[in-house]
Amino acid sequence: MSILDVSHISKSFGNTEVLKDICFSLEESEVLSIIGSSGSGKTTLLRCLNFLETPDSGTITVKSNKIFDAEDLDYLTDANKRKNRLHFGLVFQSFNLFPQYTALENVTLAKELAAKREDNFKENKKAILESIKQEGLDLLAQMGLSDRKDNYPHQLSGGQCQRVAIARALALKPDILCFDEPTSALDPELTGEVLKVIKELAETKMTMIIVTHEMSFAKEVSDKVIFMDDGYVLESGTPDEVFNHPKEDRTIQFLSSFNK
Amino acid sequence: MDTFVEQFPVVINALNIGFLQTLKLFFVTLIGALPLGLIISFGSKSKFVPLKLLVRFIIWVVRGTPLMIQLLIIYYFPGLVFHNNVWGSNETGRFIATAIAFIINYSCYFSEIFRGGINGIPVGQDEAGLVLGMTKKEIFFKVKLLQMIKRILPPISNEILTLVKDTSLARIIALQEVIWAGQAFMKGSQGISGEIWPLFFTAIYYLIFNGILTVILGKLEQKLEYFK
Repeated sequence: MSILDVSHISKSFGNTEVLKDICFSLEESEVLSIIGSSGSGKTTLLRCLNFLETPDSGTITVKSNKIFDAEDLDYLTDANKRKNRLHFGLVFQSFNLFPQYTALENVTLAKELAAKREDNFKENKKAILESIKQEGLDLLAQMGLSDRKDNYPHQLSGGQCQRVAIARALALKPDILCFDEPTSALDPELTGEVLKVIKELAETKMTMIIVTHEMSFAKEVSDKVIFMDDGYVLESGTPDEVFNHPKEDRTIQFLSSFNK
Repeated sequence: MDTFVEQFPVVINALNIGFLQTLKLFFVTLIGALPLGLIISFGSKSKFVPLKLLVRFIIWVVRGTPLMIQLLIIYYFPGLVFHNNVWGSNETGRFIATAIAFIINYSCYFSEIFRGGINGIPVGQDEAGLVLGMTKKEIFFKVKLLQMIKRILPPISNEILTLVKDTSLARIIALQEVIWAGQAFMKGSQGISGEIWPLFFTAIYYLIFNGILTVILGKLEQKLEYFK
């Protein structure tokens, strides 16, 4: 049983069709890399999964639950959207950390707010906040950032910021963690530390979707690769199939531009 | 009471009483106009176009006409047109009319500053909050509000210093603020008449109070320097 089924997703902005009949599925603990040139629709696809964009057609099913159906938008109230998008975590290219909070507070804020919405919060306030804090500390430790917990984002390097952002996304225990070009905003010498963390997550059997331009990384870490071009999924398969034996001319052309 | 030494304590006492009224108008305006300005800024950003246009129209009129005229209209209009001076002609009535005019005027200025402050926050902050399952209210209060305050503090400080001086416009409907108190000694009050120095002396009050505010607002700006 697939953990994620994306079926016939399309999306247009005005007259520009950005996603055209996208279909794919993902098994639990699999890592999927989405590659393709800028403007091919990779980021829009991730944004659709995270409900930052609303597809014009198609369905998205997570763990046999249809969480999005373009035919049934009435169901998509703000509250349902909020509940459903928590199946996914999203790590942004530009981190989008909250500048006025420390690394630890960035990780714990959403969890604390969610806890405060629960009815039993007041009775167990102290214990709940303590356990959220402990989870946050553990996540920062996992990211190798224990000594940075009290630093504000502007005091951290880009690589450190991105690792805080990954911890922040993990704090809500998403079923599927999405990365939108997680290293594109980083200096080349800082990409390694972020890729290492993602690799470690793959080893813990985290289900992930990674939009990336790091081809050797995608080849190494993925179970499945999708090549997107002009809004279509042009080619998909194992890393060996897509990188070593591409069938489409466009894929060959795209990949060769990285080997120069 | 002809000598300065004799006059001085009498004048200071009267100016102090007047300045209390000035302070009261200042604080009441701030307390009313800051939250109202935030609400108006939401209105001017509303997706409901008629509301947005109406709010923008009101902002245009309020910012495009002198506060003194607005004050005169609010105070005299009900009495002249409906023959019903809802404010009454006592000091309290004048104060309420003045406070309403000031709150409306300043909330429109504040709303434009707020609007700029909210628009200046990168959309990534909203998106980060959304994907973390926060409600729109939580995103505003827990993520964006403090960033907005940091951004708007310098222009808001400017408006606040201007407000201190604008309170003197209330003199036009004879609110007994500090200018009124100083001017009284020209016409004659408490045995002093024909003296213009008390009116000039009121400037010291504004200057000292704005000095204090400048220090406080500067401290506040410093306090928010812990993040970028």
